[in-house]
Amino acid sequence: MSNVPGDLRYTKSHEWVRALPDGSVEVGITDHAQNALGDLVFVEVPQTGRQVGAGDAFAVVESVKAASDVYSPVGGEVVAGNDALASQPELINQEPYGQGWIARLKPGSLADVEGLLDAAAYEAFLASEA
Amino acid sequence: MTQRTPLHPVHLELGARMVDFGGWDMPLAYGSQIEEHHAVRRDAGMFDVSHMCVVDLHGAAVRDLLSRLLANDVGRLKVPGKALYSCMLREDGGVIDDLIAYFIEEGWFRLVVNAGTAVKDLEWIGRHAAQAGVKVAPRRDLAMIAVQGPNARARVVSQMPAVYQERVLALAPFFGVAGGELFVARTGYTGEDGFEVMLPAVQAPTFWLALKAAGVAPCGLGARDTLRLEAGMNLYGNDMDEGVGPLESGLGWTVVLDGERDFIGREALVEQKRRGGLRRLVGLVLEDRGVLRAHQRVLAGEAGEGEITSGGWSPTMERSIALARVPAGTGDRVQVDLRGRLVSARVVKPPFVRHGQVLVNV
Repeated sequence: MSNVPGDLRYTKSHEWVRALPDGSVEVGITDHAQNALGDLVFVEVPQTGRQVGAGDAFAVVESVKAASDVYSPVGGEVVAGNDALASQPELINQEPYGQGWIARLKPGSLADVEGLLDAAAYEAFLASEA
Repeated sequence: MTQRTPLHPVHLELGARMVDFGGWDMPLAYGSQIEEHHAVRRDAGMFDVSHMCVVDLHGAAVRDLLSRLLANDVGRLKVPGKALYSCMLREDGGVIDDLIAYFIEEGWFRLVVNAGTAVKDLEWIGRHAAQAGVKVAPRRDLAMIAVQGPNARARVVSQMPAVYQERVLALAPFFGVAGGELFVARTGYTGEDGFEVMLPAVQAPTFWLALKAAGVAPCGLGARDTLRLEAGMNLYGNDMDEGVGPLESGLGWTVVLDGERDFIGREALVEQKRRGGLRRLVGLVLEDRGVLRAHQRVLAGEAGEGEITSGGWSPTMERSIALARVPAGTGDRVQVDLRGRLVSARVVKPPFVRHGQVLVNV
């Protein structure tokens, strides 16, 4: 069974969002997504300062199996990319909700975050896809 | 209807991620595909290859039949047990399948053909065998386990009945030996030493679990693909198929045109050689970051364009490698259209890795 932490928000394209105390959000891909992709070998994180819209492809994760786009769950400005992933893409496999985060954004609107799935809704979505 | 090998319940029990491969429900990986890859390069790993089809051919004319059906020359198989890798061609030189032929004894050869092509192979072989009076017996009663890696042979022998141990240990590369319903060959498709073991389907789960207990890592099709790619070995359907011949698939070394032997496809290949300008299957090493994938466009400057036929990540080299079909005159450097980004790759001669050693300059 996939790990779905209760304190995060989720998308149907398998990204997670964590609200940080300073008003920014941290984004990554879920345990379900990393498990489906298999061993990651290459991650392209977005440039700091880039403006993205909700649903825009803003990162690429490439595994032994395939390349996949990562979609920004919210609109806003990229304030940090996780540069550790350049040399250690496996962090996403090992800690998808921790050191495997992909980017931090300053959301244009907090309503975007609130409109995302909560853990229960994401788990229900995973169950419906299985 | 998806088919299942005799080891299917074992794969599920071990928690494998399953995937459809040529109509078979097969393990992709049991855990980390990269760890499975390393297990084979550094120690010992095993693959369920029971989806591949073992076909026994019996009859006085079997050698003559294979001499006509195979582009490689079965005349080279003089000593019982010896194996030969070959393409089976259409009249127009397209590849019906690639296979291994074992010479077991005069009047008895054993073929191992690909899973996805087994039905058409049997139809093709059967049609020619009928005319030659050769009996074709698909052996779906057998399972096949490939055990590969520097420590594979010792582990397999430790789990074999004592009466066979000596003969199996004495096998030279590319030889096999039969003992009752058991057949062990020192062959494989990973670039490492090891055995392929054919045994009655009912015995396969017990043997598999015994090997696992002896320290052989179960490995899925994912690792099998990266291993064979590093070893520069072709995958049927990717690197060659009915639309392209062996001479343009890096398989010229398996085609014997010397002498008078009249095999199916010979005339077409002779004509291709005469015309010249053949494309080449080459190795690519990506110099930039990213992963090369099948079907990506290769730009070879003045020479024209080619295409990646197999691409992926090399866990041993820790960079991306590929096999690509490129036009004649391609130099030692090309560009690849990697999802809209042009990246630079070096052209090398496969294999990339053999027996744990990287053979190309990185």
